[in-house]
Amino acid sequence: MARQSGPELRDEPRVSWVNDPKIRGIFFQIVAALALVLFVMWIVGNTSENLRRANIATGFGFLDRRAGFDVSQALIEYSANSTFGRAVVVGLLNTMLVAVIGIITATFLGFLIGVGRLSRNWLIARFCGFYVELFRNIPPLLVIFFWYLGVLSVLPAPRDSYELPFGMFLNGRGLFMPRPIWESGAWLIVAAILVGIVASWFIARWAYKRQMATGERFPILRTVVALIVGLPVVAYFLAGQPVTFDNPVLGTFNLRGGVDVKPEFLSLYLALSFYTASFIAEIVRAGILGVSKGQTEAASALGLRPGPVLRLVVVPQALRIIIPPLTSQYLNLTKNSSLAVFIGYPDLVQIGQTTMNQTGQAIEIVVIWMVIYLGLSLATSAFMNWYNAKMALVER
Amino acid sequence: MQEHTLSYVRQTMIEPLPPIAPERGVVRWLRKNLFATPLDTALTVIGLLVIAWILPPFLRWAVIDAAWTGSDRSVCATIAQGGIRPDGWSGACWAFVNAKFEQFMYGRYTISERWRVNLTALLFVGLLTPLAIPSIPYKFTNAFLFFVVFPIVAFFLLVGGYFGLQTVPTSEWGGLLVTMVLSFVGIVVSLPMGILLALGRRSKLPVVKMICVVFIETVRGVPLVTVLFMASVMLPLFLPAGMTFDRFLRALVGVALFASAYMAEVIRGGLQAIPKGQYEGASSLGLGYWQSMGLIVLPQALKLVIPGIVNTFIGLFKDTSLVYIIGMFDLLGIVRQNFTDANWASAQTPMSGLLFAGAIFWFFCFGMSRYSMYMERRLDTGHKS
Repeated sequence: MARQSGPELRDEPRVSWVNDPKIRGIFFQIVAALALVLFVMWIVGNTSENLRRANIATGFGFLDRRAGFDVSQALIEYSANSTFGRAVVVGLLNTMLVAVIGIITATFLGFLIGVGRLSRNWLIARFCGFYVELFRNIPPLLVIFFWYLGVLSVLPAPRDSYELPFGMFLNGRGLFMPRPIWESGAWLIVAAILVGIVASWFIARWAYKRQMATGERFPILRTVVALIVGLPVVAYFLAGQPVTFDNPVLGTFNLRGGVDVKPEFLSLYLALSFYTASFIAEIVRAGILGVSKGQTEAASALGLRPGPVLRLVVVPQALRIIIPPLTSQYLNLTKNSSLAVFIGYPDLVQIGQTTMNQTGQAIEIVVIWMVIYLGLSLATSAFMNWYNAKMALVER
Repeated sequence: MQEHTLSYVRQTMIEPLPPIAPERGVVRWLRKNLFATPLDTALTVIGLLVIAWILPPFLRWAVIDAAWTGSDRSVCATIAQGGIRPDGWSGACWAFVNAKFEQFMYGRYTISERWRVNLTALLFVGLLTPLAIPSIPYKFTNAFLFFVVFPIVAFFLLVGGYFGLQTVPTSEWGGLLVTMVLSFVGIVVSLPMGILLALGRRSKLPVVKMICVVFIETVRGVPLVTVLFMASVMLPLFLPAGMTFDRFLRALVGVALFASAYMAEVIRGGLQAIPKGQYEGASSLGLGYWQSMGLIVLPQALKLVIPGIVNTFIGLFKDTSLVYIIGMFDLLGIVRQNFTDANWASAQTPMSGLLFAGAIFWFFCFGMSRYSMYMERRLDTGHKS
């Protein structure tokens, strides 16, 4: 076929350099970078000018100064004579405490409710659906206020405390629990727990290898429970029962002894767990529904009973769908723990705010917040990514 | 036919049994949904017990024993607490909500000027309703009025100072008004900002991409409380000496920036779900970057992520309650503030006020989520995924 006559094909299309996407791209990037640099310089200039006028010294030197304020709950030793730096550490530990305990509770509750929403039992399904729709649609702060102002602050004075089982008391000043006292020889129990965990890990690996090689199964669950629970119990009696409990005793005005859990911590913990559980429940439900029906049917066709079908076929596949959004819920819970500042639970933000008010070091405090929260976020997502990669589909 | 001699073999046919009476109606439903297995039965019984344990006391507290009318705390307190109720009484203090209702809606907005808030609310509902119902025509005009004209009109109506309207400083705003203004502005600003950030994050230009990634990840990594602190404490430091920002505006900036970062990630999810062929098809038609994004990619991507966008809106609406920390009184903040009113402080007041605020928040959020589900079904063209 004859070649159609027309303009000759050139190697280089003749385009004005104004329309060349490469040159345009470089031009716009230079403009964006310049604008950003100028903006930052403008801000830095203004800030240093403002700070100079307000006589505020910059830098993190203030962290070594005496804090002078008290903190209602500290996991490490702290007094008003400690430094600001130590106060920040106290706040960080409190944030991590409420986040970790809240994550555990929310996960447990969320899985329960998510599975319950799929139950064939109409009543249970409706009940779980009601829970999810209720808590998803109100602000977490309102849930915190609900527990703090609505429930815990109207509890009776210590004199009229509610007595709970295991020697616990509940009143307007918090939850009072017995405190274990570790006497000499108690290290044996801790050692026994550690030995139990390590031994369980090796036995589980050995049992898995044996099952892969020979098909013989080993009662792994019973062995592990016996090791982790049984060994410490044996150690407890061998060491001559070295743990006693310091029970809270009802005094005239307050309870003496024991550990008290402050109402601030309780309300924050309950609110974060209840609120996040509703989101986790939806994630779990979506994950289970996301496993195609053919998988369940194929498993049944292989002769597996409903229990193993769930454990060996549905849950491992559902977890793949569940884990990524679950990670972001964990991060949300950690970030929402900053709502502590509204009820005076001494978390990172609350202590930062107090420090800011006392020293005026606003920029440094905000930098500390950002670095720590970003660090926590990155650490959580790194861990969950590792777990996700472990659970991900291994394609052959 | 073969004759059987064995004594245990039947010689004649047995009469067929009547068919099993099919269970109908209530009994069948109950058996299927509540008592299918022993475990189900146990769960049902436990569920009923829990309901019997929670519901009657709650109804008793919220309806039967509640204090509906009254002018001060005495109707909501027992004799021992200085009220008129018998000892051991416990009931909701709706009289408190009743007395403070105006404050919960408008805050301290000048009383004689509250018609302006009402008019704005009327305009809002009047423009939003036809926009939300798909069968009503003139969507483009309507959207233009709602997203461009309405904010300007609302600004002049609410702030005043022009056309002979008295100026109402934002420090006097409060209640549901603040919640609605913050979330509306947050939504209107965060959607376009989010789109730009998402496009920037997927851009091939490294500098633009880096700026967007750093912004998104930093904002998403920190709690809103710290962003609000930043907006309230650091903005004045960043600006030249004479320049001041209204506190309300600072909260708006904080909330809008925060929502934009989350919106960007939602929209990026939608952009990634669009097959490469669509991008290539757009280029082969000779469309430039903005044309291909605006006409081909974004309409599909945004439709895919409607649930995510609405979830971000719901989150934003709930998050406006945090502006209390920088001294503003949104709905929850003003309810909380009124607990300390000596005229109304009682053991029942906090619970009643919080339930009221919770009901309003719940109503809005639930409505939004149901509407998004409806739109999702409506826009589903059947070739998703």
